[in-house]
Amino acid sequence: MDILRFITAGSVDDGKSTLIGRLLYDSKSIMIDQLEAIEKQTRNREDGEIDLALLTDGLRAEREQGITIDVAYKYFTTPKRKFIIADAPGHIQYTRNMVTGASNSDLIIILIDARNGVVEQTRRHSIIASLLNMPQVIVAVNKMDLVDYSQDVYNNIVIEYADLAKALGLEDVTYIPISALNGDNIVEKSEVFSWYEGSSLLQLLEDVEVEKAIDLAHARFPVQYVIRPQTEALHDYRGYAGKIISGIYKKGDKVTVLPSGLTSTIQKIETDGGKEAEEAFAPQAVVLHLEDDVDISRGDVIVLHKDVPQTSQELEVLLCWMDSKPLVSGNKYLLQINSTRVRSVVKDIEYRLDVNSLERKYSPDQVGLNDIVKATIKTAQPVVFDSYKSLRANGGAVLIDETSNVTVGACMIQ
Amino acid sequence: MSVHHLDYLDELESEAIHIFREVAGQFEKPALLFSGGKDSIVLVHLALKAFRPGKFPFPLVHIDTGHNFPEALDFRDQLAEKIGEKLVVRKVEDTIKAKKLTEQKGKFASRNQLQTYTLLDTIEEFGFDACIGGARRDEEKARAKERIFSVRDEFGQWDPKKQRPELWNTYNGKINKGENVRVFPISNWTELDVWNYIRREKIELPSIYFAHERQVLEYEGQFVAISEFIRIDETDIIINKKVRYRTVGDMTCTAAVASDASTIDDIISEIIATKTSERGETRIDDKVSEAAMEDRKKNGYF
Repeated sequence: MDILRFITAGSVDDGKSTLIGRLLYDSKSIMIDQLEAIEKQTRNREDGEIDLALLTDGLRAEREQGITIDVAYKYFTTPKRKFIIADAPGHIQYTRNMVTGASNSDLIIILIDARNGVVEQTRRHSIIASLLNMPQVIVAVNKMDLVDYSQDVYNNIVIEYADLAKALGLEDVTYIPISALNGDNIVEKSEVFSWYEGSSLLQLLEDVEVEKAIDLAHARFPVQYVIRPQTEALHDYRGYAGKIISGIYKKGDKVTVLPSGLTSTIQKIETDGGKEAEEAFAPQAVVLHLEDDVDISRGDVIVLHKDVPQTSQELEVLLCWMDSKPLVSGNKYLLQINSTRVRSVVKDIEYRLDVNSLERKYSPDQVGLNDIVKATIKTAQPVVFDSYKSLRANGGAVLIDETSNVTVGACMIQ
Repeated sequence: MSVHHLDYLDELESEAIHIFREVAGQFEKPALLFSGGKDSIVLVHLALKAFRPGKFPFPLVHIDTGHNFPEALDFRDQLAEKIGEKLVVRKVEDTIKAKKLTEQKGKFASRNQLQTYTLLDTIEEFGFDACIGGARRDEEKARAKERIFSVRDEFGQWDPKKQRPELWNTYNGKINKGENVRVFPISNWTELDVWNYIRREKIELPSIYFAHERQVLEYEGQFVAISEFIRIDETDIIINKKVRYRTVGDMTCTAAVASDASTIDDIISEIIATKTSERGETRIDDKVSEAAMEDRKKNGYF
């Protein structure tokens, strides 16, 4: 059994909350007391049936306003897999939440209302999916019950979306017609779609290969913490603790420590609280020991000698701005990539990307909340990175406001 | 399946260890909030994997309400001694006396709200900048929205509208003096994941998690242990019942479930078959209002 992390993109109007409620309900992840609580609320609202959407609205403010403000995480398990859903709101004013949810997901479900087809919001969600390099996309054409389960309607949407996907470079796209409200094609394949030959949504989610989300070809190990017991028995023990974010490490591998560029050899790999292993791979948390006594501290990255990432003090990034205070060119921020934190300055803002159309507005006057811009960042110390497109695990960074300490930006390094 | 593929429990474990080490790397004075319950026992197990053969870069901290199950307290002391790590205990009783706090009244008068005061005092006393806790997002709706690094202001308050975006595996623990961060390494685990992990890792638990005979009274369908901390009325019928605890909180606000489960395997079978959620079945304190947890978190609760 493994884990699939996915995000659902859509709004209440597309039936997103109903879909999630349906997946939880039909996979029996909803308990009686939780259902009773919803029934009580449904009665308070004075409308008829149980509103599955209520399962996902967590905070009082959200229930009062009938909207989802923040990313919520939901869990369900089938005999095949554990699922983690990032439930993020889809409206344009919540782009930052979608970016956040997508950053931790291996797959995105894009919901399309069968009555409306591919609309501006669909475009926006797909553009974000492409910017965040989502490994897999499922396009769920929902509310098929409202178009008489028409194959023509469905086919036209598929054709239209395929053009968009091609333009955005989304390669792995699967399509499915559903009715979240009625549960058609959610857990079981529904007979109402006699013309549909694929699997149910849950089956699709159970069958996709999660391996795609993990890169085993490029070995990257950011050091989080140095373990030095300094006791008599373990006087010489010096272990570099961290998580392998991509790739495979073997005992005896020649390694380079970045940004210093010093080289050494892996003497010992410890997994599972001290057990020695011949090799370890992403995303295992391990302790590495090197043969030479080199100076390594938190924030350094240990990589294989033969495959070295980039090291630079100047980064070209696509930046999603996440703060209500505008981004000011020339301002200083802390840049954090994995366990490395350096001071930085946003130098040039080349253009702003319209997330509905992909159009570029060059030299924008102002960059505000939810804007996505192409920018150049200069850092005080060299940063070790890969391009986000080629290696997600080592190409994403956040910007932190030095005065408020708030995370204000997400950078996809180009 | 390829050999370079992690089982889901390994992936959850690795994620949690990574979070522990981020705490060690980013904070000056962290603490691990230890309650003696299964989730915090799992945290200790994960911390051993994250930091051994070194020492923990933090003490275990227990906020003792005075209403704890004696079995859980014994277990706490034995565990701290066995692993040789520092244990700090601060008592709600002392805060009540020092600050002249008013205790709740009623049949199941609980110190659940009051422990927040002791927790905040303890944070101030030691200058803790990060408190690691065993809360999970599957427990409750407000928790489903909380970050893994959850920043609290100087009053310990959680502001759901001002949460920092948390992207990739990058955790921003930067804070101003006086603020602190609550860190939840097992956020993405479900109740069943925790039990499956306990089984796989053969983690020891206090005896009250397994079925045992206990004097209880039945109250609105829940079984509450007879103790000096609850008010027993003449109309109450006290029965001997075979029960176990699905969660371990205070004796006043944690209900037992009828059970014959004497092994971890039995418990897992019962949990798979159950139709009631963990908090719904066992927590008397969550039922007060729909937003009970949200409100308590805003006031500095765990």
